[in-house]
Amino acid sequence: MNLLSMFRRGSAPLARERLQILLAHERDAFDQPDLLGILREEILAVISRHVSFDPEKVQITMDRGKTVSTLAVDIEIPNRRRSSGPMRPYTRLMFEADAATARSQWTNGLV
Amino acid sequence: MSEGKSARVLVVTSGKGGVGKTTSTAALGAALAHLGEKVVVVDFDVGLRNLDLMLGAERRVVFDLINVINGVAKLQQALIRDKRLENLYLLPASQTRDKEALTEEGVAKVIAELRTKFDWIVCDSPAGIERGATLAMRHADAAIIVTNPEVSSVRDSDRIIGLLDSKTEKAERGEYVEKHLLITRYHPWRAARGEMLSIEDVLEILSIPLLGIIPESEEVLRASNVGSPVTLNAALSPPARAYFEATRRLKGEDIPMHVPNESRGILNKLFGRKAA
Repeated sequence: MNLLSMFRRGSAPLARERLQILLAHERDAFDQPDLLGILREEILAVISRHVSFDPEKVQITMDRGKTVSTLAVDIEIPNRRRSSGPMRPYTRLMFEADAATARSQWTNGLV
Repeated sequence: MSEGKSARVLVVTSGKGGVGKTTSTAALGAALAHLGEKVVVVDFDVGLRNLDLMLGAERRVVFDLINVINGVAKLQQALIRDKRLENLYLLPASQTRDKEALTEEGVAKVIAELRTKFDWIVCDSPAGIERGATLAMRHADAAIIVTNPEVSSVRDSDRIIGLLDSKTEKAERGEYVEKHLLITRYHPWRAARGEMLSIEDVLEILSIPLLGIIPESEEVLRASNVGSPVTLNAALSPPARAYFEATRRLKGEDIPMHVPNESRGILNKLFGRKAA
């Protein structure tokens, strides 16, 4: 919507459009309020089979966009100490999945 | 007090603060009582009570809802009878206690007792979605969602509608909680110019039935200044008429919706502008 049409029609149409988009996302989120909790638990179970990490240092976030949503998993994994030379204190595992991937995972029985 | 009644429990709620919940509770409660119903309005805003002020009963509060829950006072001792309408009672909230004092069992017991004594129990919810708000809606048969035609208010109302469908006793039993939209602080001329969300916009977004449209009016402020519900203080004013119509719809009457419009004609408008 350009400025000219906003001026002509007032700002109410923009308010209406913003609300419709926002509420479509929020209704989804609240319909399945614990989706992130479920994802967190199951993803961590898989990772912990192979590496050890501090469960406190895990961040799972979901960013809902207009057409694509992003699921980001950020896990801090401490490195084993070595005798020689300085090391980066930890490695980060990061996963990103776009909405299509994430959705196919959920429908495949994760949720 | 006559026993053996079975009240209908209403919650007046919104999520957002400052949209007119307490004003509407007082106005609808008084209108119901004026139409012959026996009504109690219950303030759930523990720590920030204001319903007593809206009814001009602030100096008559001795015991409150928390006192009744804690067994310090009997229900009859805490109920305040309105000075103008003998059918209208107030159960005030506590101003000194914190909201943790409101327990689920306590509220259930008080509502159950009120149900046997009144035709209508109107619960004034605090803003927010915390304990006070969820307890206010807990036992509701129907909810009045007070919304201003403005983005943040509509968003919060949407959230509250979600809570009504999940956190109320009725919802947990798998029953439908009746919902009614009350649009307040409506500026007809702003909506006409496209500066404010229209009634259609709000209805389409929230998709619940419309109970009434209360126009913005100085009479509402004046009523709160003098401590009298607008439906008593200025019964013929546009907001009071709108509240009375909403009240009759609540009672099941089928009344055509009256959308407030700018009362000034074009000539008046021109003169008004010249004079200004």
